[in-house]
Amino acid sequence: MSEQSTSRGAEHVPDVGEVQNPVTPTRETITVERAGAESPSSGGLMSGPFGRNLGLVLALLLICAAGVVTAGDRFASIDNILTVLRFASALGVVAIGMTFVITGGGIDLSVGALVALCSVWATTFATQTMATDTHWTIMVFAALAVGAGAGLVNGLVIAYGKVVPFITTLAMLAAARGLAEIISERRTQIVTVDGFKDFFGADVLGVPLLVIIFALVSLGGWVLLNRTTFGRRTLAVGGNPEAARLAGINVNRHTVMLYVLVGVCCGLAALMLISRTTTGSSTHGYMWELDAIAAVVIGGTLLTGGRGTIVGTVVGVLIFATLGNVFTLNNQDTSTQAVAKGLIIVVAVLLQQRLARNATST
Amino acid sequence: MRLRTPFGRQQGRRLTGLLVGSVAVLTLAACTGSAEDAANDDDNGSDSAPAAAAGSNDEEGDQVTIGFSAPAADHGWMAAITNNVRDLAEEYPDIDLQVAEGTNDVNLQISQVETFINDKVDAIVLLPFDGAAMTPVALKAMEAGIPVINVDREFDDPNAARVTVLGDNYGMGVSAGQYVCEQAGGNEDVVVAEIAGIDSLPLTQDRSQGFEDALGECGLDVDARQAAEFTVESGEEVAANLLQAEKKIDFLWNHDDDQGVGVLAAIENAGRDEFTMIGGAGSANAMRAIQEDSGVLKATVIYPSTQGADGVKLARLLVQSKAMSDLVEVEVPRTVQLFAPVVTSENVDQYIDSAFES
Repeated sequence: MSEQSTSRGAEHVPDVGEVQNPVTPTRETITVERAGAESPSSGGLMSGPFGRNLGLVLALLLICAAGVVTAGDRFASIDNILTVLRFASALGVVAIGMTFVITGGGIDLSVGALVALCSVWATTFATQTMATDTHWTIMVFAALAVGAGAGLVNGLVIAYGKVVPFITTLAMLAAARGLAEIISERRTQIVTVDGFKDFFGADVLGVPLLVIIFALVSLGGWVLLNRTTFGRRTLAVGGNPEAARLAGINVNRHTVMLYVLVGVCCGLAALMLISRTTTGSSTHGYMWELDAIAAVVIGGTLLTGGRGTIVGTVVGVLIFATLGNVFTLNNQDTSTQAVAKGLIIVVAVLLQQRLARNATST
Repeated sequence: MRLRTPFGRQQGRRLTGLLVGSVAVLTLAACTGSAEDAANDDDNGSDSAPAAAAGSNDEEGDQVTIGFSAPAADHGWMAAITNNVRDLAEEYPDIDLQVAEGTNDVNLQISQVETFINDKVDAIVLLPFDGAAMTPVALKAMEAGIPVINVDREFDDPNAARVTVLGDNYGMGVSAGQYVCEQAGGNEDVVVAEIAGIDSLPLTQDRSQGFEDALGECGLDVDARQAAEFTVESGEEVAANLLQAEKKIDFLWNHDDDQGVGVLAAIENAGRDEFTMIGGAGSANAMRAIQEDSGVLKATVIYPSTQGADGVKLARLLVQSKAMSDLVEVEVPRTVQLFAPVVTSENVDQYIDSAFES
């Protein structure tokens, strides 16, 4: 892991060294983007995903094997797998957004609260009345706009106010939940707009739409991180913001965009949760910040930034979802589950680190 | 935290039977005065199934698989709910209990219930973190032919549950309010404060409404109200602020004895003793304080923590096609509501054995 990040750092330093003259930003931008474009082929993010993700996939397979051994057909049934995937979907979308923020050197502790705020805003009496009068997509716009807006606030305070992300988003966590409570008057808001419920509750060829959304967001996230300038800039900003800045990247603007992105993800996840529960509530998204961060870190994204993996995050989310499912199927008591979960997090990360080291050294 | 009635205790059982007006069939039989049943009770000291008389509801029947899911056990009452459910299931060899991880994340709780549905359990006993949010999945279970027993926090659709077991939240507020009226003795200038539980829950809103209504009957109203979160920390924090804001209080009703541990700590830190405090739920330590009669806590209002266990018992009856044998009715009723009496130093001996430790 550490080898990987240093080699990435080393990759960028020559770029900066090369262009000592700060008067030529255009050229620097081009240099950096070209360097970024080379990285996938030169041992970059996805060229060696197998080594890095092998441990994770192995862990997931082990948990599945444990499920099959202990619960048999009760685990390995289509219905059960869909149950796991439906559970993973909304949280997964948040975790994808979180992957970008963490890769970009930040952190967002406010995601659970933002999910709550978006779910409440999209289901207020006013929004629902408007949705009934016009079209249910009003609710979708409301949730996404609120998510983006809150993300924008986070991003602006972090990038231009120079407040560390941990503190900014912690403040947002408190403020967003409080605001959600004020708007909803701490009551659970029930969705009566049928168009919304029918759309999000639908199955496409037997696959719930929620799961399809998660798949599309994962795919989109992968492309964005690995195949676009935005993704490469995210890696550069997270790996070494000073180098990125000297190389001509507008680090502040990019940071803001990352938090807007995760905010939009929260809005989308809120819509998914609204559909699943047919309610909006200030208590939705309880502790999701920790679940999302745990999934991202287990996935192999560096908490310090500079390296991120969408595949790892998806597998990380699935590991948590499957684990909980196997525990429930085996009737394990709550405290045992909590201890086992903690152990498995540590083991998975250790295993993953070891395999990653082997993969890079060979 | 609210009141627990350990299932091995005869006195507690009998009381709950009376108060609840239902459910504990053997005990109720004892209460109705059958000498044989009473003797049976005394001999066993517990109503475990093997001792059940032939033909009674407790006699071992068909194997019943029951899925149970509840919120995280982050306060004493909720912990007692799950413990009571487990204890009860162990008493009945014909109950196969599946307990899901306690959680406050509705997304997770929904997936747990889905797992029970996939598993084709015989019945699901569900204490939702949020009743409205759990309604769709409960409906799904009912549509799949699995009866759902809704405990404590109600669904927003009556079709989502076959049986609903509820405490009397409104009644708790009324009992507390009536006690305050009685103690105030017609003085309409007294300052009444209230520390509620989680405000987003309808049960909290019901309690506060009952309190307000009962106070209104004697010309009083709530002068200061704050909401905590049923936890000790939140109780301490909210009470400390409330005491700062209100320099003189005459009566304080705290909805939950578990958060009450924190509330009492804050009262002690502030060195205040000018008022009478009333608790809620009925924990053992609250009752011991009432018994000693040395502090501000003079009374508490019971909210049984056995309702999850009652839900499991009803689920068993339902699946085995039995009914509550003390009623003439041949089916398990739709709703069972428990009673919320006031416990004071005068009657605390009656309740303390059945209270739960927080």
